[in-house]
Amino acid sequence: MAIIETKNLTYTYPGGTKPSIRDVSIKIEKGDFVLITGPSGCGKTTLCRCFNGLIPHFYQGEMKGEITVAGLNIVKHEISELARQVGLVFQNPENQLFALSVEKDVAFGLENLGVPREEMRKRVDWALNLTGTYGLRERAPHELSGGQQQRVAIASVLAMQPEIIVLDEPTSFLDPLGARKIFEVIYELKQKLGVTIVLVEHRLDLTARYADHIVIIDEGKVVLDGQPRKILSSEEARLIGVGIPKATRLYQLLQKDERMKLGNTIPLCSDEMATMLREALRN
Amino acid sequence: MIEVKDIRFTYPNGVEALKHVSLRIKNGEFAAIMGENGAGKTTLVKHFNGLLKPTSGSVLVDGVDTRKVSVATQARKVGFVFQNPDHQLFSETVEEEIAFALKNFGFKETVTKRRVTWALNLLGLAQYRKTSPFMLSGGERKRVALASVLAWNPKILILDEPTIGQDYQQKEKLRQFILQMKAQRKTIIIVTHDVEFVAECNPRVLLMREGRIVADGEARKVLTNPQVLTQASIVPPQIAQIFIHLSDLELPKDIIDVYEARQTLLNVLERQVK
Repeated sequence: MAIIETKNLTYTYPGGTKPSIRDVSIKIEKGDFVLITGPSGCGKTTLCRCFNGLIPHFYQGEMKGEITVAGLNIVKHEISELARQVGLVFQNPENQLFALSVEKDVAFGLENLGVPREEMRKRVDWALNLTGTYGLRERAPHELSGGQQQRVAIASVLAMQPEIIVLDEPTSFLDPLGARKIFEVIYELKQKLGVTIVLVEHRLDLTARYADHIVIIDEGKVVLDGQPRKILSSEEARLIGVGIPKATRLYQLLQKDERMKLGNTIPLCSDEMATMLREALRN
Repeated sequence: MIEVKDIRFTYPNGVEALKHVSLRIKNGEFAAIMGENGAGKTTLVKHFNGLLKPTSGSVLVDGVDTRKVSVATQARKVGFVFQNPDHQLFSETVEEEIAFALKNFGFKETVTKRRVTWALNLLGLAQYRKTSPFMLSGGERKRVALASVLAWNPKILILDEPTIGQDYQQKEKLRQFILQMKAQRKTIIIVTHDVEFVAECNPRVLLMREGRIVADGEARKVLTNPQVLTQASIVPPQIAQIFIHLSDLELPKDIIDVYEARQTLLNVLERQVK
């Protein structure tokens, strides 16, 4: 069942001369991990803002076409209502954090939902622990480093336990090990709790392995949409300038040589590629 | 040349961010400073343009102590592009943003115009000349911030996380640009978490952890050493990871480039056939 569905969605910001997204028709299945990527400025962030109703309710502008999220027509429902279903982690954590302590920031959404105090305590601690920010809970968000702020922004969305989590380059300020841990946490939410994940990322080396579905956008339009192994190994993806994982690239380069007998499953990460190479070199 | 002599730096809140750091970066060198969040990377590079002064020890840029010159004077020589472009941008149009520093440095109007156009074209921003920086995407704003510093042509360029929000093509352009700067004997220092970008550039890598430098060497050596990388919260680049997985097969260990990896593997295969 599709949990997010758009049909010919087109949107222009107020004062914009041309649409930021054009005729976008995609289906995101419930419980899938979906990766959205494409050149900088292609409309990825704009699309994310449609998923939780920030567009059109907050940004206004002109929207055409259809979009339903968790069965709701976003045009007819308020942002506050949509927020129960969809959590959005912003690209720049400073746009999201505002409270005087990390703990209050993470609790804020739950207070608004009227979650009982005991339950709130539990969920806030759970989200702080998952993101490795428990030790920061009494600090002021504006004093933290960019990477720490990103963890807190993620925690505040996790605490709401929405059905859909949309993350817009959520780990750009984090060190690689920190980023990897966050992606693992997000993947686990999908595996264990069936949360639908929509992740906007350029760094496919770090994230492609988790994806069930990948959407590539270029100049506001969906240009590729489907299964990650198929899409990332396509010539089109490389020509658009998507950062193909290096393991996938190496596979492509070696396949051109007939002496190297590699399997048919296209690798997306280093362990998959290493396993294939081990086989090939042994034979 | 940048010479850092045994510096320590303590923030007013008591956090000691740098503990006895010494290093030398020569003219025309390209160095990447990497390491975990909070390791002191940004604190260190802020010493290079005098934004921060060491609590003890000294920093010399071309032989001049950073404590003896104003940040404004130093900025002409050492350009600094911040991690978060929103900390840097304020003008109403992209064009004005880039022209601002040039005017302050007293460049003639004709020169200013020429340089603004040059920087806009270089970073693929010409179409946004009259647009507000705040209407642009995160990745584009980042490029405006970079353009505004490149425009005055500083001798030393410091880029804090230059690849954030940049797609693969933009990164490739950035890499080409850095190589060009390097050929002109300019010094480029980047602070970055982007191991794949560093693997493609193969610069000198300085790895930091808890206010100290824990490794210093060629990218292909540092980024293929799992022990030291884990200490600094860095994941090896994907090509290096593949070779680490296969370490029992006695393949060379210091490979981070995809084309070199292909060649190495084909050579191994050929030897086996023989």
